[in-house]
Amino acid sequence: MNRLSPFNVVSLTFGFAFLYLPMLILVIFSFNSSKLVTVWAGFSTRWYGTLFQNEAFLDAAWVTLKVAVMSSTLATVLGTMAAYVLVRGGRFLGRTLFSGMIYAPLVMPEVITGLSLLLLFIGIGMDRGVMTIVLAHTTFSMCYVSVVVSSRLSTFDRSLEEAALDLGASQFDAFRLVTLPIIAPAVISGWLLAFTLSLDDLVIASFATGPSATTLPMKIWSSVRLGVSPEINALSSILIGIVTVGVITASLMSKRHAVRVRREEQAAQRAT
Amino acid sequence: MRRFALIAVPYLWLLALFLVPFAIVFKVSLSDTALAIPPYTPTMKDGFGALVSGLDFENFVFLTQDDLYWKAYASSLQIAFFSTIATLLVGYPMAYGMARAPEEWRPTLMMLVILPFWTSFLIRVYAWVGILSTEGFLNQFLLWVGVINEPLTILNTNWAVYIGIVYTYLPFMILPIYAALERLDESLIEAAEDLGCSRFQAFWLVTIPLSRNGIVAGCFLVFIPALGEFVIPSLLGGSGTLMIGKVLFEEFFANRDWPVASAVAVILLLILIIPIILFQRNEQRQQEAEQ
Repeated sequence: MNRLSPFNVVSLTFGFAFLYLPMLILVIFSFNSSKLVTVWAGFSTRWYGTLFQNEAFLDAAWVTLKVAVMSSTLATVLGTMAAYVLVRGGRFLGRTLFSGMIYAPLVMPEVITGLSLLLLFIGIGMDRGVMTIVLAHTTFSMCYVSVVVSSRLSTFDRSLEEAALDLGASQFDAFRLVTLPIIAPAVISGWLLAFTLSLDDLVIASFATGPSATTLPMKIWSSVRLGVSPEINALSSILIGIVTVGVITASLMSKRHAVRVRREEQAAQRAT
Repeated sequence: MRRFALIAVPYLWLLALFLVPFAIVFKVSLSDTALAIPPYTPTMKDGFGALVSGLDFENFVFLTQDDLYWKAYASSLQIAFFSTIATLLVGYPMAYGMARAPEEWRPTLMMLVILPFWTSFLIRVYAWVGILSTEGFLNQFLLWVGVINEPLTILNTNWAVYIGIVYTYLPFMILPIYAALERLDESLIEAAEDLGCSRFQAFWLVTIPLSRNGIVAGCFLVFIPALGEFVIPSLLGGSGTLMIGKVLFEEFFANRDWPVASAVAVILLLILIIPIILFQRNEQRQQEAEQ
C-alpha cells in the first residue's frame, strides 16, 4: 500500500501535531523564567532547581519508584504465567472465567477497581500503604503483561519447544532455555508497560493507599488542582524525557535483536 | 501437578484481588447506610440466611430518588458516546495514512503513536489546562490570527472534556484499526476498482468492512474507560460537568458514604457489562482467527 495521497499526508501531519504539540508546549514552558505559565519571559532552569529542593516531591518520587519496581516485577511473573496458561493451558475448569478476568481489568474503570480493592483491604483488615498499592498495581498490570506476552506466545513455532523435550530437556528447562529467550522481547516490554502503568496511576493508588504513602501522581494531582504551576511543568518534562529515552532505547534494542536473530537464521540456513 | 500450580497461581491471584473485591462492593452496596463504617451488617458470620434476608436495597432506592445520579449516568453515556465517535473520526484517517505509508516508515509511525501512551496520562491531561484556559495558548493564537475578538471559554466546560478524551484515548483507537488495515490485502481494492468502483466506493465497500474488527475494538477501548473517567472531567471539566466517575470519587472521599458509593459502582458496572462482554468476544474471535 505505498500510495500516500495528499489526504493521507495531511491527516498524518495534523494527527501527530495534535498528539505532540501539547507536550512540546509543556516542555518549552518548563524553561520559562516567569512565574506566569503562559507568558514567555526568557530561558531559565530555575523551576528545575526549586523542584529538586522540594522534599515532598522527592519522597513521593521514591515511593512511586519502589512501588513500580515491585509491582511490575511481580506482574511480569504472574502475567507471563497467565499468558502461558491462556495459550498452552488447553481446557481446564473455569477457563472462560479465567480469560474473562484477564481481559476485564484492561477496560474496567479505575474508580471501580480502586473502590473494590479498598473495600477488600479494609475487609481483611490490612494496613494500607506501600504494600497495598503494590498488590493493587500488580493485579491490573499483570493483565496487560499477559496480553502482550500471549500475543507473542501464540505466534511462535511450537515445534522448537517439542524438539527440546524430545532431546531430553525437562518441561521447565524447555521453557527456560527455549521458550523464554524467544518471548523475551514481549516479557521485557510487558515489564516496561507494567512499570509505566504503575508510575502513572493516580486513581487506584488513591484508593489503595493510606496516610503513610503518597505517590508522585497523587502529589501532582493535589498541586494541579490549584492550577498550572511552573514546577509541575518541570516535573512533567523530566518524566516525558525519561519515557522518551526509555522507549527509544527499548525499540532500538528490539530492532537490533531482530536483526541479530535474522542473521543467525540466515547463517544456520547457509550451514545446512 | 506442575500444570495445576501454573494455572492456580495467577487464577487464585485474580480471584482474590479482582473477583472477590467486586463481590464485596456488591455486598456493601446492599448494606445499611447508617453503619457507614465497617463491619457492615449483615455479615457472613451471621450465616447465609441472615445475609440474604438482611440485604437492604435502600441505597439503590436513594439513587433513584436523587436525580443527580441519573443525570450523571446519562451525561457520562453521552460524553463517552460522542467522544468515541470523535476519536474514531480523528483516529481512522491517521491509521489509514499509517497503513499506506512506505513500509520502512511504519515502525517509526507506530512508535510515535505508542509514545504518548507510555507518557503519563495525568500529565497529558494537565498539558491541556494551559492550552485551553482563557489566557491559554489556544486563545492567544486565535486572537493573534484574528479569528476571534474575545477569548473563548473552553476550560471548565464539556468541550474541554471532549478534547481531553479524544486526545488521551487516541492511541487506543489508532492501534487496533492500524493492525486491521495493515493486514488488508491491497489486491482486493484493486479488484474492486477494476470492477468499476470509484476510489471512494472501494473504500466504503471494501476497506471499511474489512477493518470492522479494528474499529469495533478501538471504539470499545475508548468508550468503556471514558464512561468511568475521573481525571479528565475533574481537571478539564467545570462544575456543570457531571460524570459518574467523578461523582463516585467524591461520594467516597468527600461524603464518605461507602454504601451509596458502592451502589453507584454496581450500577456503573451493570451498564458496562454488555460492552465489556462484547469487547471480550471480539478479542477472542480475533485471536482464534489468527491462530
